[in-house]
Amino acid sequence: MDASTWAPSRARPSWLARLFDNRIFLICICLFPAAGLLLAFLTYPLGLGIWLAFTDTQIGRNGHWIGLENFQYLITDRVFITAVWNTMFYTAVATVIKFALGLWLALLLNEHIPFKSVLRAIILLPYIVPTVLSAIAFWWIYDPQFSIISYVLVNVLHWRDTYVDFLGTPWAARWSLIAANVWRGIPFVAITLLAGLQTISPSLYEAALLDGATGWQKFRYITSPLLMPILAIVMTFSVLFTFTDFQLVYAITRGGPINSTHLMATLAFQRAIPGAQLGEGSAIAVAMIPFLIFATLFSYFALSRRKWQQGSDND
Amino acid sequence: MATVSIRDVRKAFGSTEVLHGVSVDVADGEFVILVGPSGCGKSTLLRMIAGLENITRGAIAIGERVVNNVAPKERDIAMVFQNYALYPHMTVRENMAFSLMLAKAPKEVIEAKVGRAADILGLAPYLARYPRQLSGGQRQRVAMGRAIVRDPQVFLFDEPLSNLDAKLRVQMRAEIKDLHQRLGTTTVYVTHDQIEAMTMADKIVVMNGGNVEQFGAPLELYDRPVNLFVAGFIGSPAMNFVRGQVEGEVFRSGAVALPLPPGLRGAAMAGRPVVYGIRPEHWRLDGQGIAATVQVVEPTGSETQVICTLSDARMLGETRMICAFRERITERPGQELRISPDPAVVHLFDEASGARLN
Repeated sequence: MDASTWAPSRARPSWLARLFDNRIFLICICLFPAAGLLLAFLTYPLGLGIWLAFTDTQIGRNGHWIGLENFQYLITDRVFITAVWNTMFYTAVATVIKFALGLWLALLLNEHIPFKSVLRAIILLPYIVPTVLSAIAFWWIYDPQFSIISYVLVNVLHWRDTYVDFLGTPWAARWSLIAANVWRGIPFVAITLLAGLQTISPSLYEAALLDGATGWQKFRYITSPLLMPILAIVMTFSVLFTFTDFQLVYAITRGGPINSTHLMATLAFQRAIPGAQLGEGSAIAVAMIPFLIFATLFSYFALSRRKWQQGSDND
Repeated sequence: MATVSIRDVRKAFGSTEVLHGVSVDVADGEFVILVGPSGCGKSTLLRMIAGLENITRGAIAIGERVVNNVAPKERDIAMVFQNYALYPHMTVRENMAFSLMLAKAPKEVIEAKVGRAADILGLAPYLARYPRQLSGGQRQRVAMGRAIVRDPQVFLFDEPLSNLDAKLRVQMRAEIKDLHQRLGTTTVYVTHDQIEAMTMADKIVVMNGGNVEQFGAPLELYDRPVNLFVAGFIGSPAMNFVRGQVEGEVFRSGAVALPLPPGLRGAAMAGRPVVYGIRPEHWRLDGQGIAATVQVVEPTGSETQVICTLSDARMLGETRMICAFRERITERPGQELRISPDPAVVHLFDEASGARLN
């Protein structure tokens, strides 16, 4: 073949090359590693947990599908009902207190005060300490014999004649646990809200000052609306953490006295592992899911961009 | 409306004094611009008038009333911030009505005042929008509207145009000046842009390093700057400075001799180091003056700017000379021009103190 008769032609690509040119095949093969990991490490344990909730599995014995029997039993179980009620009460009260105090603290730290950065670091301390460690500390603080609070009230201030029984009666124990949770949760709220406060331009406050706003009016009309988007995120996370709390309660009271401080998470563990009733424990854990979905949906709608946040930000 | 009187005002942050005794009197209805390089204390002074900064020493009076210890909202002033400081979560209407709402004004009054301000500024179609949905110029107008609805004694502007692009800046410059002419409210305006100051102000305060260098009408500052700083700061392109000394009845720099301004007796300052200042447009092309080598020719149509070097003279700061001629220039770079200054309008400064000598 001489040069004048040469015509460009390309060999037909092999089937493998054509396969890799296929868009759908390519998408599937690229997604496979990530999807596989998710499936193996996220979906499988969750799926297994949900499946167990519909069986009568016990430790050391394979279970059988029993449908909703676990749940039917649970709604007649006074301990479970108490745990649900406790969880909601614990979450609601602790969240309200954490946000009231956390916001107050954030507002204080946002002012020009001496040693501001040192104070901010100190605020974070309760959050740095491992939960179990602080739980043990609280256990001692609430101890009927060695409680420092009782010591101060009785021996130093002479306000009481007897030591306080913090963990011995249901209501005292509930409030004690809430206090411990609040102590532990405030840093998260305060620091994140402080970060939110710092995104608000100081010139807005100066403009408001010139417009004649008092301190309260600045908070009411400038701080709170501009903080709302961040507050909603922080609130969602805080509710999720508090609702699923396990460590503090299990370390301080183990659900006692007489099961009166069980949260759903501690009860689920109690029934599933020490009690060996894996199916029933799973059912309790699964019962938390609707509440958590509700909290997530709430945040989804609360977090959806407000009208004033839309549009370009070219300033 | 009111006068603003600033009497020997000092400001210190800790032990650092940033304003060293500033005195300025703003007449009723006047448009006064504080201008200077960044860090000269102009914004601090404005914020002290607004009440956002304490007055360390001295006094500021609005009208007859000394306001040193008066809360910002009681001072009857309105301020436009550099970043506009619009409330992002309020509509244009709510932004403008905010101060009236806080003052518990009746609904009809708020409606009327906001409506009037919106009409003045052409904002009526945007009243329901949020600041994010507006362009830079519109936001700027909302910030002014917020000031207008309060009907203040004094408007304060803190570099309001520095966030806008060049074209919009020229447009808003005219709008602000027009607004001042229509409302007649006493205005104090801060900028670092001397063109803004020249074009808008009734009077300019040139500040530098916490001191007032000169206070006067724009053309007064242009024609008779009191010192080297003002001479170099006001005017674009800037004034040319040649270093040298007076010998006999001429100014001499190296081999170059230039005529002294009229009415100045050379004998009194013989041998003293001085700076000869001449604005670009005050060079004349007469074919017989000193020799200048052309570097760059920039025709703008109405005039031609020539950047050139004087071979024998010592310049202050720059090494190049800028001339602006009404004539068209045909010389090419590298060729020589013969130029001479108009002695009636040249400036002579003492090199050591910078003070004006003629």
